[in-house]
Amino acid sequence: MPALPPVLVIARLTVQEASRRRLLLALVILTLIVVGISAWGFYKISTVTGPNGKPPSHEEVIIVSSQLLIFVTFVYSGVLALSAAVVAGPLISNEVESGLILSILARPVRRSEIVIGKWLGLAILVTIYAVGSAALEMTAVDWATTYVPPHPVELIIYVGLEGLALLSLGLLLSTRLSGITGGVIALVAWLMAWIGGIVGDIGTGLQNEAVQDVGIVSRLILPTDGLWRGAINAMEPDVILAQLRGAGAFARANPFAALDPPPVAFLLWVAVWFSLILFLSIWSFRTREI
Amino acid sequence: MAGVAEKEATAPSGAVASSSSPAIHTVELTKRFGGTVALAGLSMTVPRGEIFGFLGPNGAGKTTAVKLLLGLLAPTSGEAWVLGQPAGNLGTRRRIGYLPELFRYQSWLSAREVLAMHCELAPLPRSTWKEEIDRTLTTVGLAERGRDRVGTFSKGMQQRLGLGVALLGKPDLVFLDEPTSALDPVGRHDVRGIIRELAARGTAVFLNSHLLSEVEQVCDRVAVVDHGRVIAGGTMQELLTGSAVRVRVTGLTADGHSSLESFGPMDVEGEQITFTKLSADRVPELVSEMVKLGGRVFEVVPRHQTLEDRFLQLLDED
Ligand SMILES: Nc1ncnc2c1ncn2[C@@H]1O[C@H](COP(=O)(O)OP(=O)(O)OP(=O)(O)O)[C@@H](O)[C@H]1O
Ligand SMILES: [Mg+2]
Repeated sequence: MPALPPVLVIARLTVQEASRRRLLLALVILTLIVVGISAWGFYKISTVTGPNGKPPSHEEVIIVSSQLLIFVTFVYSGVLALSAAVVAGPLISNEVESGLILSILARPVRRSEIVIGKWLGLAILVTIYAVGSAALEMTAVDWATTYVPPHPVELIIYVGLEGLALLSLGLLLSTRLSGITGGVIALVAWLMAWIGGIVGDIGTGLQNEAVQDVGIVSRLILPTDGLWRGAINAMEPDVILAQLRGAGAFARANPFAALDPPPVAFLLWVAVWFSLILFLSIWSFRTREI
Repeated sequence: MAGVAEKEATAPSGAVASSSSPAIHTVELTKRFGGTVALAGLSMTVPRGEIFGFLGPNGAGKTTAVKLLLGLLAPTSGEAWVLGQPAGNLGTRRRIGYLPELFRYQSWLSAREVLAMHCELAPLPRSTWKEEIDRTLTTVGLAERGRDRVGTFSKGMQQRLGLGVALLGKPDLVFLDEPTSALDPVGRHDVRGIIRELAARGTAVFLNSHLLSEVEQVCDRVAVVDHGRVIAGGTMQELLTGSAVRVRVTGLTADGHSSLESFGPMDVEGEQITFTKLSADRVPELVSEMVKLGGRVFEVVPRHQTLEDRFLQLLDED
């Protein structure tokens, strides 16, 4: 067997660290608990009796389930973003501070290979976790209520990309800042992007362009909110979309609603954004003195 | 700021990559951190296969020099070639071993896994790994602990592992930054043996240290640095030409001490005063002077200058 390229050695090392430090185990256990609880909650929706003494109609179950699933996904994508930021924040900075990176840098390994390898390792983990847990949650909801979101694959992709975006931002900050600082900045940025998106929605509602631009700019700087809107859109049943369209411009000013899937231009920008951040991370680490 | 690593440039004429090029060659190598001058114009040449001691007090610039030679830091000015290539060259790093001053290895891996990872990055042919790892673990005295997690290792064991990492794959040049700082006397003795073995098979060793007896015992040549400048250098014989005199004396006042300054630099440690550069024929003169100053002389030992005497003398003059 020929020697593995350094990028893959570093990626493997990153995955190995997460699993040996029991990070994976902890995430799996937490996910099972959350999925279990929410499955029970969804099951209750279809069995509770309303004021008229009858269980809710299938229509009602679908509407309530879809909205509850959006909320659960929001919390869940928050957890994913938090985990990605917290894990990526110290990924490089800790190794620089402890001196762990010194003996590796003395090997014939490019610094870009270290950055890409670490990104790859963590991206594999985020992807596996996003796909695995989302599939599990949707299966549980399907079992409890027979409700399946209209676009499950898109949902997983958008939520996964949100995690990857936070991971990339955390890694970039990690090339220069200490682990805690980088992680906190990444999280605050994620929150600001979410708020920026809402502000932009309000701008749309008020038909005020200046306010609307806040949303656009924040989505360009950190596309997490735009991706989140994509995830919501993938979860909205047609009934609700029709209702929202009828309600006019103000209906858009809702952080838990999205009428349209993200435009193609935005998705292209997301691809550019990822390359840009990775490129900046490599440049930042290459010029760092250790 | 320019990239600090991965320079692919070729060496200038005169310093071609062949086994005849020196292990290390620097010209006016300088590094400043803001206002701090860590290394001020280091020019030196270390031939292949030589054990070179780089001595200096804390903050002299020893670690900075090693990091510059490895390409971990970018020089402010000056040039450095390692094994005939510019410092930091990717290909050259295949033939270099490095034990950092701050030695830390993946605590979640076993010692064998850490070594295997370095074999993979070196890269060594996979078929040689097992033998290489076994041999290395035995050399550094960790044969019994190879399967234990590094996180369970004592500090000295971690430094032994770091030494093992530096030895993997029979490098042409090994940088050891204070390799015995965490080791017990047996470990220090072992390391001296390991260094001599490296030199015997043709590996050049760049040894950073302030353990002078250690350097004195193994190094072919040394350079003494202080405040980023080389203040003395040469073979051990060239450096240690003078003789020193140690006196045990009581009853001398501070004034008395200062009036002894005509006998050259002194190192006062309680009753023990070492005149680090005094020839034996001035001993009678010294003793009568001390008695005149009210001192009671118990013991006078003239001896060859040790590296410590010379080191203290050099720093005193600097
Ligand atoms: N990253 C850095 N930023 C600022 N100053 C630095 C940095 N690294 C080293 N220095 C300064 O450079 C000088 C030389 O430091 P260096 O670590 O090379 O000393 P040393 O000879 O290895 O000392 P020691 O024996 O304590 O290991 C010191 O004054 C130190 O403060
Ligand atoms: Mg040092």
